Amino acid sequence: MNRRQRSAASRTAVAALAAAVAVTVTVALAQTPPGTTGDARRSGYHDMGPALRAMQDDDSANPAMLWVRDGEALWNRRLGAAAKACADCHGSAASMAGVAARYPAFDAQLGRPVSLEERINLCRTDRQKAEALAGGSRELLALSAYVALQSRGRPIAPPDDERLRSYVAAGEALFKRRLGQLNLSCAQCHDDNGGRRLGGALIPQAHPTAYPIYRLEWQGLGSLKRRLRGCLVGVRAEPFADDAPEYVSLELFLMRRARGMTLEAPGVRP
Amino acid sequence: MRTARLLAAIATPAVIAAVPAGHAQEAPRPYVVVGDAIPASLTGQSGDAARGRAIVADRQVGLCLLCHAGPFPEARLPGNLAPPLDGAGARWSAGQLRLRIVDAARLNPDTIMPPYYRTTGLQRVAPSFAGKPILSAAQIEDVVAFLATLKH
Ligand code: HEC
Ligand code: HEC
Ligand code: HEC
Repeated sequence: MNRRQRSAASRTAVAALAAAVAVTVTVALAQTPPGTTGDARRSGYHDMGPALRAMQDDDSANPAMLWVRDGEALWNRRLGAAAKACADCHGSAASMAGVAARYPAFDAQLGRPVSLEERINLCRTDRQKAEALAGGSRELLALSAYVALQSRGRPIAPPDDERLRSYVAAGEALFKRRLGQLNLSCAQCHDDNGGRRLGGALIPQAHPTAYPIYRLEWQGLGSLKRRLRGCLVGVRAEPFADDAPEYVSLELFLMRRARGMTLEAPGVRP
Repeated sequence: MRTARLLAAIATPAVIAAVPAGHAQEAPRPYVVVGDAIPASLTGQSGDAARGRAIVADRQVGLCLLCHAGPFPEARLPGNLAPPLDGAGARWSAGQLRLRIVDAARLNPDTIMPPYYRTTGLQRVAPSFAGKPILSAAQIEDVVAFLATLKH
């Protein structure tokens, strides 16, 4: 599909969903915003219109749940030279409750922080003895969405791990650094101008509360890394290489910045 | 989705790749700043206001409407990150307008307005844009000529 067709398709989809789930809109509006009183932090969820909030809130309308279903099947599938399923070692996926809320985490063996996707892939290669899944592949997104769903409703709780400190600091420095031909930092948009409009797009505060997300613009599920890459390209900066440590540093910083906010994965975004 | 489509101008790889960056091929030529202005035309000639209007209104060339509103009845949902352009030609001389577009950071180091005619002091510029200003000297003269007509 070209852009116009895609926009038209998504517009139709949203309209249909909006009609179908109009009744749940009031429920969505009634949900309390994350954070405590006087907390100015705001999930991108609250920057969306009622139709998209309703789409995220209703599992039967949220397209990300298609990936979750795949993730559940993969969780239970024996594969690799070890012929083990995730379930063989971890039991029910409920054992993953809270895990997505504290990633990225330090991996002692690798001696560096790893994202949740990378952690899952490590179990693929080291425990299942199977081929690593490509970053951004449908299977890895499906497993991430399924694992992340187990933490839905929980507060973001990054670990106070001494070994992460320098990475968090690097992420914060990067967040404040002007980049690209347009010479803008993440902070100039997301800290200084959150809630204002960049053309027709409301600038969210960039809290990683909903990842992986189903993004209408993508017509698919995508990771936080993909979202960050989009912002880098937007300021006409060269995105970091796919396995660059900058992404995990930014993720670590964003998770600390969002500490205590409620995880709503897998979310929907425009 | 309207929101998604407009943002595409700034955050979608496929669209950015298609941006006609080719207009601004040459490296910036030297210019002289006097006070808060660049009094002399960058090209030695005066620009074309009609072409300037088209550049300002195009969100993938001028990008101006991502941040500024202005007298553009056809433009949907301009940004609100910056003061409206209405009356810019009454507030500022051509030379003052020129410096604000060329390198607004010379007047306000914290500005979010991109430096339209500077290629130094930038970090990690994508290869397809590296070494090129956002607008060419001729495009900037067109934009200055257009802004100068905005008297109200
Ligand atoms: C052969 C057993 C085994 C299999 C199969 C396995 N894992 Fe693991 N997994 C572990 C062990 C043991 C750990 C904890 C420690 C470690 O590896 O550092 C772990 C850790 C994890 C963690 C991090 C949990 C935390 O608290 O930080 C996640 C997430 C995870 N596994 C997901 C998966 C997924 C998804 C699959 C299937 C694709 C899978 N695992 C398959 C044994 C396994
Ligand atoms: C020019 C302004 C701008 C800059 C600079 C920018 N972003 Fe964004 N960012 C946006 C906009 C606009 C959106 C929302 C896109 C949409 O509505 O589809 C967004 C979305 C996001 C989101 C998703 C939030 C959510 O609710 O899911 C994250 C995370 C994010 N940006 C992080 C970053 C980081 C990190 C950087 C720096 C590397 C950065 N952004 C730079 C404008 C910007
Ligand atoms: C990323 C946002 C952004 C973009 C894109 C942008 N500007 Fe600006 N501009 C600003 C801000 C913010 C100011 C206010 C002064 C400051 O902070 O430096 C400003 C100031 C100005 C001013 C002086 C303000 C006044 O009183 O009239 C003019 C003229 C101007 N911009 C023209 C333009 C033109 C023309 C373009 C496109 C070629 C453009 N700007 C693109 C953000 C932007």
